[in-house]
Amino acid sequence: MSDQIRIGITRERNWREFFFQWEWILVGVLLLVIAVNTWISPYFLNFNTFIRTPATFLDKAFIVFPMMFVLILAKIDISVGSTVALSAVIMATAYNAGLPMPLAMLLCLTVAGIGGAINGWLLVKFKELSFVIVTLSTMIIYRGIAYIILGDQAAGGFPEWFSYLGWGEIFGVPFIFLAFIATAIAFGLLLHKTTFGRAVFGMGRNALASRYSGVNVDRVVFTVFMLNGLMAGVTALFLTSRMGSTRPNVATGYELEVIAMVALGGVSTSGGIGRIGGPILAVFIIGFLSYGMGLANLRAPIVLVVIGSLLIASVLVHRIRFRSKKKINSTV
Amino acid sequence: MSDETILELKGISKLFPGVRALDQVHFDLRPGEIHGLMGENGAGKSTFIKIITGVHTPDTGEMYIDGQPAQFKNPMEAQRAGVAAIYQHVTSYPDLTVAENIFMGHEHVRPLTRRIDWRKMHEEAQALLEKLDANFTSHERMGSLSVARQQIVEIAKALSTSARIIIMDEPTAALTHHESDELYRITEGLRDSGVAVIFISHRMEDIERLADRVTVFRDGQHVGSWNASEMDQHALIVAMVGREISQMYPKRTIRIGEEVLRVENLSRTGYFRDVSLDVRTGEIVALTGLVGAGRTEVCESIYGVYPPDSGTIYLNGEPIAPQSPMDALELGIGHVPEDRQLQGLILEWEIGKNITLPSLADLSDHGWLNEERERTLAGQLSDKLTVKANSIFTTATTLSGGNQQKVVVAKALSRTLKLIILDEPTKGVDVAAKAAICEIIGDLAEQGYGILLVSSEMPEVLGMSDRIVVMKQGHVTAHLTTAEATQEEILNAAMVVATGATGATGTESA
Amino acid sequence: MAKRRIVLTENLRELGLLLFIVVLALAIQARNPAFLTLRNLTALLTNTSILAILAVGMMLVLVTRGIDLSVGSLMAFTGMVTALTVAGIPDIPPVLAIALSTALGVVMGMVTGLLVARFDVLPVIATLGMMNVARGLTYVASGGQWVSSYQMSTEFKAIATGKTLGINNLIMIAVAVYVVAAYFINHTRTGRRIYAVGSNPLAAEISGIPKRRLIFLVYSIMGGLAGLAGVLWVAKFASAQGNTAIGYELQVIAACILGGVSITGGVGRLSGLLLGTLMLGILANALPLINVSPFWQQGIQGFVVLAAVITNVMVRRNTERNALRRRAI
Repeated sequence: MSDQIRIGITRERNWREFFFQWEWILVGVLLLVIAVNTWISPYFLNFNTFIRTPATFLDKAFIVFPMMFVLILAKIDISVGSTVALSAVIMATAYNAGLPMPLAMLLCLTVAGIGGAINGWLLVKFKELSFVIVTLSTMIIYRGIAYIILGDQAAGGFPEWFSYLGWGEIFGVPFIFLAFIATAIAFGLLLHKTTFGRAVFGMGRNALASRYSGVNVDRVVFTVFMLNGLMAGVTALFLTSRMGSTRPNVATGYELEVIAMVALGGVSTSGGIGRIGGPILAVFIIGFLSYGMGLANLRAPIVLVVIGSLLIASVLVHRIRFRSKKKINSTV
Repeated sequence: MSDETILELKGISKLFPGVRALDQVHFDLRPGEIHGLMGENGAGKSTFIKIITGVHTPDTGEMYIDGQPAQFKNPMEAQRAGVAAIYQHVTSYPDLTVAENIFMGHEHVRPLTRRIDWRKMHEEAQALLEKLDANFTSHERMGSLSVARQQIVEIAKALSTSARIIIMDEPTAALTHHESDELYRITEGLRDSGVAVIFISHRMEDIERLADRVTVFRDGQHVGSWNASEMDQHALIVAMVGREISQMYPKRTIRIGEEVLRVENLSRTGYFRDVSLDVRTGEIVALTGLVGAGRTEVCESIYGVYPPDSGTIYLNGEPIAPQSPMDALELGIGHVPEDRQLQGLILEWEIGKNITLPSLADLSDHGWLNEERERTLAGQLSDKLTVKANSIFTTATTLSGGNQQKVVVAKALSRTLKLIILDEPTKGVDVAAKAAICEIIGDLAEQGYGILLVSSEMPEVLGMSDRIVVMKQGHVTAHLTTAEATQEEILNAAMVVATGATGATGTESA
Repeated sequence: MAKRRIVLTENLRELGLLLFIVVLALAIQARNPAFLTLRNLTALLTNTSILAILAVGMMLVLVTRGIDLSVGSLMAFTGMVTALTVAGIPDIPPVLAIALSTALGVVMGMVTGLLVARFDVLPVIATLGMMNVARGLTYVASGGQWVSSYQMSTEFKAIATGKTLGINNLIMIAVAVYVVAAYFINHTRTGRRIYAVGSNPLAAEISGIPKRRLIFLVYSIMGGLAGLAGVLWVAKFASAQGNTAIGYELQVIAACILGGVSITGGVGRLSGLLLGTLMLGILANALPLINVSPFWQQGIQGFVVLAAVITNVMVRRNTERNALRRRAI
């Protein structure tokens, strides 16, 4: 059938394009970070250390994937840190009030999913509102509710087995690492291999044309934000498990780290561009970087400075990379 | 009026990606004249004035003001040289007062303190408004004024910069009859005070009433300039549309079948009211009228982009109420939107991905993309519509306007359809592409689709369609059978303002 | 009359907010008579001054369709640097301390402004980055230590506790900022052009208004005011910490939105801003008085903000619908 078609329908391999990919730069940076870490601490490259280190920073990485979808849609969600806090606090409170732990965990995910869904619903229902103001409002509200529930108390006392989530290992590999890999594969497939992912890319480039092409744009926006909330719930589970308790001010600033990872991973803040590999590499770059700075006895605040600068720098670099040719004048 | 020129342009060309907007255009303007500039949509008028006002720089050509070469790098330089343009909406600040709108960019300040001299600004603004016989004050908020009043403010703004050349871009398009009269008077006043005016309009009555000379553009080219007295309406229309009608659009005889679409008393508040029409299989129904008559809005309501407020849509006799394009496509209604670059295509995407976007659900296996099937369908449709490109992986941006439009049509055809709505499908494409697209539309009719064709181009309407529906100011003003219709009849229904009332109710003359 | 509709709605809005504030005040008074006393009101105004000062800067940013999330961190950083300076040089004149902090804020704001205006970085991204950079720098500058009351000179602390003409200095400074802002916004070309840029950026560019320079300017002003607020905060609480004013930008934005500043740009009045600030000030002041845990404050603020923006959307939709109905079709 296809050989009767005159127009070309087989893609030519373009080696130039293959080598000029952002991901190679990230690989280079990652190797550099690993090299520096090894130089600081010779034990770093030891397999056991190397495979266990990521458990210290992977909790927030679960949000990186849905956040990637959000950025590809040319939007941003700054409420995720608050969503983590709210869902963790509700889980802890519900457990302490007598809810069995498995149900409390389910509640955590539900709350987080609803939190994201509310963002999505507001954006779909009130299209005049920008994503900044919507997620800013819910950012205040969600953390506000967490404070209303717990005040400045901490809540914990979870059953022994709950700590397995954050600390457990399977054949020497941290469970959280395996969960991360599974999540990465799932979201990678969703983004690159499904109609949903295609629609997300299309809407990021041109939401109006996507709507005219029969894409269910409202459902896509809603789903993406709901997923973002849901994965914040997953982060809440792992974070709480690792910390053993929770309080309303946990995960403050997670939105920054997550957005920084996504942006560093080559996802354009103007939408429509991004591949799953970039943010995965970025997670490890920023993670190992923070860890290495810890090894070097640099205090945590410097990490803030570095991550903030990295976010700005990577956005700047992409601005220059994708500096769009003169905007096409549509009045002609 | 004298023979000296205040503004002259020679050999102006401007190319945009996929569009040759202007091609070796020349133009001259004399002091104290009103010069009508006419042309269909996409003829290049807007680009032309943007070049005069320094928004765009031309690729080739020169411009002279008072015989001196001039090249404006930005609108400020044009303003300083005495050129002012009145666009429809672009330049006003809705949140600021009238006085501020008039003086933005050249505010009056007290010499020593640099403090804004509000009293002087309001006094001068008021004086300008009075000169233009405006019955509102300089303290009003711009956003609270009607379009007509906003235009008066824009004129006052031009006067405040002592402009000698004023360009008005379709100023009467959104005005009522009475408001247009008001604008004519003001424009004549400007002319009498020695200002040269370029008056862009679609409306014959504007040109007849105002213009001393008239220039016509077509497809980015200069067709001619005449003294207004030499040209009657018919001659102008021929100049605008160019070709003799029937040659380009050989009408085929197609067996017309059952009714596909019927629309009864469709209304959407503020846009159109009581629109009724129907389309049968194999039939091409042209929906025509002036820009802004509500044609596009009717189509978008049928396609579910903006559902109507009242009225009923029947597809194959069944009442339907699509709430989104997704619904409409599901029902079998396809749509080729008016603005292919904004609504039709994802420009940065390759052709193939564009074509399959509407039909991804059909091409996928439970949501998993099947690229093999996608490539095949995209290839087949590209061939069918003779898209000229190396492969389906060519980026849409790099295509010519006509090829881009073919891709948009291919998108619609990737679904199983009964009815295809095409909104100005030949706008802004070259003559060859026009012919190709018209051929495609004929093919589609032959294959048994019902076709609703929105077009402002008389030859296209008369040459392609079986029946014609004319709209004016949100109402259907005529249902005509093409074989019996004349150009005059259509233009009358589309343009002529009924005496007295502004919102003339549908005078059906079938 | 159609003409004055918009001005009228603005006034109505503010009148409504004022009315609401009065009702709220009376209701609180009914629960706790200590509310409407001179002492409490002075405390309320003093505590609200810093918020009011910041709101002016944020309004200008919002008017240009931007947002600044780095305010709290900038306050912490400038405050910390100033506190360290004061601790190191005890006899530095307070005015110089204020100038130092403000200047530092301006520089930080200029960086943000450069990113947004020159490099087209989204304001959310640029200020989110700056928020963390500045917060991190605060810890770095202090080495994780606090600067406490005993390290500060009495003169320095008097910036916040002292009085001028019988009125607390903070209130006086806020009044001064509003007077200057009122002049700047209403009587200078630059001020008006900031509104023009927000009202229609495209038109501003076409009529030759230096859009980028103005956007750069508003972030610089915001930075300067954050610097001013930073030193005032440190003087007021007589301590500078790493987590000073964390999340304070949210309150500032909330005050603006309540005050009728449009997030879509071009609209914002000082009168509304004052009311919005006052409203938040009362909330913060009164919650303890009526035995509501202060932990409710953030949640309530968030809800109020969301309600305000949604109400705005509904009102606008209604206006547009009416405008369509009036069209002669």
